[in-house]
Formats: sequence, C-alpha cells, structure tokens
Amino acid sequence: MAVTIAKEKWTSKVGEMVLGADSSVNVGGESTLPFLQFEGAIPNKPVLALEVWDLEPEDWPEILKAPFAGVLADPVAWAKKNVEYGADVVSLRLMSAHPDFKNASPEECAATAKAVAEAVNVPLIIIGCGVEEKDAAVLEKVGEALAGKSCLIGCATEKNYKTITATAMVNGHSVIASTPLDINLSKQLNILMTEMNLPANRIAIDPLVGALGYGIEYAYSIMERSRIGALMGDKMLAMPVICFVGQEAWKAKEAKSTDEESPEWGAQERRSILWEVLTTTTFAQAGGSIFVLRHPESVKQVKVHLDKMMESNVY
Amino acid sequence: MALTGLDIFKQLPKTNCKECGQPTCLAFAMQLASGKTSLDKCPHVSDAAKEVLDSASAPPVALVTIGKGEKELQLGNETVLFRHDKRFEHPTGIAVSVHDTDSDIAGKVQSINKLVFDRVGQIHKVNLVAVKNTSGDAVKFAEAVKTVQDNADFALLLASEDAAAMEKALEIAGANAPLICGANAANYDAMLALAKKYDAPLVVKGADLNELAALVEKAGYKKLILDSGAREVNKVLADQTQIRRQALKKFRPFGYPTITFADNEDPIQAVVDAGVYIAKYAGIVVLNTADPADVLPLITLRLNIYTDPQKPIAVESKLYEVGNPGPDAPVFVTTNFSLTYFCVQGDVEAGRFPAYIMPVDTDGISVLTGWAAGKFTPEKITEMLNSCGIADKVSHRKVIIPGGVAVLSGKLNEMSGWEVLVGPRESAGIPSFIKQRWGA
Ligand code: B12
Ligand code: SF4
Repeated sequence: MAVTIAKEKWTSKVGEMVLGADSSVNVGGESTLPFLQFEGAIPNKPVLALEVWDLEPEDWPEILKAPFAGVLADPVAWAKKNVEYGADVVSLRLMSAHPDFKNASPEECAATAKAVAEAVNVPLIIIGCGVEEKDAAVLEKVGEALAGKSCLIGCATEKNYKTITATAMVNGHSVIASTPLDINLSKQLNILMTEMNLPANRIAIDPLVGALGYGIEYAYSIMERSRIGALMGDKMLAMPVICFVGQEAWKAKEAKSTDEESPEWGAQERRSILWEVLTTTTFAQAGGSIFVLRHPESVKQVKVHLDKMMESNVY
Repeated sequence: MALTGLDIFKQLPKTNCKECGQPTCLAFAMQLASGKTSLDKCPHVSDAAKEVLDSASAPPVALVTIGKGEKELQLGNETVLFRHDKRFEHPTGIAVSVHDTDSDIAGKVQSINKLVFDRVGQIHKVNLVAVKNTSGDAVKFAEAVKTVQDNADFALLLASEDAAAMEKALEIAGANAPLICGANAANYDAMLALAKKYDAPLVVKGADLNELAALVEKAGYKKLILDSGAREVNKVLADQTQIRRQALKKFRPFGYPTITFADNEDPIQAVVDAGVYIAKYAGIVVLNTADPADVLPLITLRLNIYTDPQKPIAVESKLYEVGNPGPDAPVFVTTNFSLTYFCVQGDVEAGRFPAYIMPVDTDGISVLTGWAAGKFTPEKITEMLNSCGIADKVSHRKVIIPGGVAVLSGKLNEMSGWEVLVGPRESAGIPSFIKQRWGA
C-alpha cells in the first residue's frame, strides 16, 4: 500500500548569517523544520561554540574545569584549546567587566578580545558580563577593536540594543538579540534593530533558554513557534536561534552533584555531559542553530549526532 | 477532524422513527455531532454506517494499553503535532532491555526496578522491561520471561520474531497483556493469531512505511503499535513525523502509537537518539541501558516535553516543615512553582538541618519570573509571614530569601519587621549557607 508522503508547503525560510571573515561559518538558511530533509533544504549544520572567560571561573564543577587545567586564567591559551577540542566558534565572555568582579574597563576588554581574535582562526562570539549598561560600553570598544572580523556580539536587550546595534553596523558584526522567552518581545526587538538598518541576517535570536529539567520546555516551544513563523514568511522571526546551553546545563543540580552526593543518579561525569548534550540536541530538534557549550566532550558528542542528523532522510 | 451534523445525518436511516428520543434523524445527528448523545441510541443504523461513524469519531491515535493493574501503561490518544498547540497526552513509555542470554537476569531486573526518580514531588520511572530472545532458543526465552515476570515491577515487552518462541513465552506471561514484539511480513499470521488469542497488544513492523501501512490494513485488529523499521536516528525522525502527520490527517493505518529502538552502538549516542524519539512522537522507546546516569536525563526530558504548556506544576502555598523544626529553625521563602519548591526542599534536606519552607503563591512560576511579573513581592511575602502561622512556631524573626531577589530585602524588612537574610542564588548553596550563617 503506497503511502503519500505528507509534506508541508512552506513559503519562506530562515535567513542565512555569515560568521567570521577569513575562515567563515554559515548559519541558518533552513526552508523546513529541523532535519526534515524530505521537505526542504538544510544548507548548514548547526554551529557549536565553546566558552572562554577572561576571568577564572570559580564555581565551575571539577569535571568542567579538568579539560582546561592550566589555561583557565589565560583566555588566549583557553581559546586555542577550544579550537583543538573541535569548536566551530569560540565564545568569549567578558566577565571581568562585571562591577562585582574586576570591573575591567572597555579598553581592557577590547585588548583581551583582540588578543583572542589574533590567536585563533575560527569566528568569534563576544559576550559581555550581563550588566546591560556596562555591556553597551564594553561592546562599543570591542566592536571597534575587532572591526571587519564579522563577530557575533551581545547580548543586546531592549535597554542597550541601540549602542550595540550601531557598533555592529559600523564595524561589520552581527548581534545577539536577547528577550526572555517571549515570541512577541523577540519580534519587537528584531524590528527595533532592523529599523536602525541592521540587516535582518545579522541578528541572532537568543530566547534565554533553560536547561533540561529547568524550563527547557518553554524555550523548546518558543523555538518551534518561531521556526514555524519564519517558514510561513514572518521575516522578524526568520533569524538563526542561539542557545546558551553550557551556562544553564552546568547550573543544574544533576550536573553538579557528585558521585558521593547522589549515587542513585549514576556517575557524575556521564550524567553531567549528558545533561549538556541532551539539552543541546533537544533544542536542535526545536530549531536552534548556534549552541554555546562548556565541555569539550559535549561538543564531540553533539557533533557526532548532528553529522548523523544532516544525512538525508528524503523518501 | 470531527464530523459535522450533516456528515452524520447522511449515514442515518432518515426515517424519523423517534426511537432514539429525538424528533428527527437530523436532530439526532446534531446532538451526536456536539457529543450530547451516543450512536448506540439509534437501533437502526447499518453496520456499514456504524463503521464509518465510529472510525471518524475515534481519536487520531488509538489508545492502546499494555500490561495490567498497577503495571499498566497507556499510550496514544494524541491529537497534535506540536506541544504548544495543545499538549501531548501520554508520555513515551520507556522500556529497558534484558537478553535471554544475560547471566544474571533477576539481578538486572532488580537494577531496572530501581530506575524510579522523585522529581517535582512526583514519582517518575521507566515503564517496561523488554525481554529479548537473543539466544534464538524458545526454551531459554520462556525461562527468561518467567524470571523477568517474577521480578519486575513493570509490564513486559516480549521481543522475538519467532512465533514458536513467542507462543511459549505467552504461555507464561500471556495473561498479563504483555506487548508482543512482534509481527513482520514473514511471521504475520502466526503473531497476529497469538495476539488475538491473548488479547494482547502487538507491534507490527514494516520494512518501510508502505509495507507497514499494508500490514496494518490487513490486521483487522486494533491493539497495535507501529514500527516503521527505520533504525538510524535521521530516518526514524522522518518516519515518526510522517506517522504522526498522517494519523492527524486520519490516514487510518497510522492511527496507532509507535515504538522506537535506541540501538546505536555508541552508548552515549544511543541516549541522544532516545532523546530525539521522546521529543518526536515515540509511543515507546526501548533502551539498552539501565545506567541511571543515562535514564535520569531521558526521564526528565519526557517530563518536560509532556508537561501541559498551559499549566505549570504548582505546590500548595502553605507552611512546610523539613525534619522536626523547633523554635530556632531557619525559615526559607520561595515560590510555589513545584520545580522551584522541590529544588529548595531537596537542598534543605541535604543540609540535614530541620527548617520551615514558605512557598509564596506566584501562580506556579519561578523566583525570577515571579519577581519580574510582580507576583513575588515584599507585600506578598509579608502577607504570608503574617497569615501562615510561622510567627507562633519560631522564636526568632529572621527570614531567608533567594539570592536572586536580594533587591527585595530592604522593603521586605520594612514591611514585615523581620530581619532578612539573603541566601545563595542557587538553592544548592543552602547547606553551606546554613553551616556558615545559622550558628546552631
Ligand atoms: C521558564 C521561564 C519562564 C516561563 C515561566 C515558567 C515558570 N513556571 O516559572 C515563562 C515563559 C512563563 C516566563 C515568563 C516570563 N519571564 Co521568564 N524565565 C524562565 C526561565 C527560562 C527559567 C525559569 C525557571 O524555571 N528556573 C528554574 C527555577 C527552579 O529557578 P528559580 O525559581 O529561580 O529557583 C532557583 C533559585 O532561585 C534558588 N532558590 C529558589 N528559591 C529559593 C529560596 C531560598 C531561600 C534560596 C536561598 C534559594 C532559592 O534555587 C533554585 C534552583 O537553583 C528564566 C531564565 C533562566 N534560564 O533562568 C526566565 C526569566 C526568569 N524570566 C524572565 C522574565 C523577565 C519573564 C517575563 C516577565 C518576560 C515576559 N516574557 O513577559 C515573563 C513573566 C511571566 C508572567 N507574566 O507570568 C527573566 C527575569 C529577569 C530578571 N532577573 O528579572 C529571566 C531570568 C530570563 C532573563 N534572563 O531575562 N519565564
Ligand atoms: S432512532 Fe435512528 S432512525 Fe429513528 S429517528 Fe433516531 S436517528 Fe432516525
């Protein structure tokens, strides 16, 4: 009995973003739901980034620190290590700018970013410390210092998007637009940014995801709805989605709790890696395109999976 | 795709005999369309019409039951492609495999029985033990099935494509409606006969979607679970999507729950594949691992994907005690989102320090969401401090709030008169916070 394959006729697609100048990486461009090659094109594989901090992280669990022993206090060496570990992109977090930590100046941050950019030949994501006004000031200088490198900078929020968008336009970067799990807020910020004349394909949506067990389902559904919106022609939802998985997954108790604390949960090493990996692969099913991770083993495992998902399933 | 009154009317005898209690056939059809009466009230509908009306009013994915009594597992009744459209109804059943060649089957079953986790105040566990006829030997299979049945806390999935082996296994386990896995083009008639004999659910496996549809059509049996034959994750995703889409379009052969197998040779990738199946429509996923480090993430994912998107799971907003708190026990304030509450409760327990927990009613949302939405405010906390009776239970006037909402402390102190201690941002920091800050 012949089954007629059910295909949706989508009218539009996700915009395609180019990251990096010399050796660039393309993101987005899908004209179907995730990995349904039988229905449309998926020109680019989701991109995996590993995080670097410019300040030694203190509360990371041992399992997460171990692969970076000796480089955690040196962002340049750490960034190189990330490339060795197979990251497509390096994501530099300028934590030292935080007023509660070093309160580093925008100039100091720019110098760090420049040093990292010169040390690696993969595209960069540059993230501020999360304090909105400070991030605007920091990214202004960083954006200038990295002019022409086509970085992805952020996170722009409704409070600081103007400065960050302007910097990105002048210096040729793309911008991460963050809104807390709300499709309308997300659209609205994208509209504001494109009204400043930033091309739509230079915006990545950050829906502020939660980890497996900690609100993953909200982001999952927001992302599915955004992708469907994009495929039905809503240009202000047709941006690649970035998911900061590492920071969320490694906060989870299931990732942090040691073998001794939770023997009934199995070995921490395996459990914590799976927490990061499954959070990522689940978001890949909902339409995530850029994943910022922390553990090199997670990158390795997610890569194997994505390679398989990119193989054809055309009937 | 519900039928309209007119669609139904066309199938009725149109004699207006009134035996159904309605003045006319049309009136009866209208009542039926709005679910106010049932088809059996009309004694005159033809069998053919009954068939059409039954199948049209049946849910797109049939409800199928595996096992009996406390071990029963229900699958199906799904109505949507995306959880945001309504919600997914029956969480994916998780099966863990044992082989009839395993040396310590009873021991393995014991370790599967332990795959029970307490999360957000609910018990979450695996659902089935899959007994595999890896030996190819009927007697060995039957022995293994007996051992598993005697020891397992869960219903059984019997995996053999050999009808003779299945027959022996069913002599032991058949009365408990195990899942027979299963039928394929080669053993079809024999397997189907066994399923009918024991009135047990049956997996039908096709070499591809076309063969699967043909086999289902031929069955004349409704307790089915579908296996499209695909085993690579990219292809399984496509088939799962097709089966669900076709079921929603009322392509009847695909109107049953599905089964998937996380058989990837790489054990980590097998877990990842299982995650895809849970997110994408699998009725059952069969695992080859009983390692809690593998199963806990999958059970958590299932809980998340199958949560009703319209209703966050909340706990009752009232004073809770951990241990036997005395008058000098600490008081923790949090919200009544169950994930939040149980994080805090678990960590307070881990600190082995008797305490009170006071979850403020935020309509079941988290600390930061509650704060951002104006539902976790100094006013609300003060009101609860005054009304929940805590003031009579403790002799001190100190309250601990989550680190994430440190900004509330000034106003809360002013309004309530209680001294406000700002706790750690993550509840995991509570045990060490207590040690340092709550001098016993
Ligand atoms: C899921 C989610 C939602 C869901 C709500 C789900 C729910 N039932 O709560 C939805 C989609 C509805 C939502 C909506 C909004 N959200 Co929201 N949401 C999240 C998200 C992703 C996860 C929240 C969560 O479930 N966390 C898990 C729980 C367990 O965390 P928790 O309650 O904080 O508990 C932890 C700690 O606080 C601590 N703790 C808890 N209690 C106690 C007690 C003591 C004594 C101690 C010591 C510690 C402690 O331990 C717990 C475990 O570590 C976060 C972002 C993130 N990744 O965290 C944003 C976030 C909380 N949301 C945010 C916002 C702004 C909103 C909205 C106002 C935005 C909007 N879209 O309009 C709305 C408001 C909703 C409304 N009007 O009702 C912001 C809050 C920003 C801020 N700092 O103020 C966040 C932080 C996102 C962001 N980074 O901007 N959200
Ligand atoms: S009993 Fe049947 S045939 Fe008679 S009026 Fe009702 S619907 Fe019509």
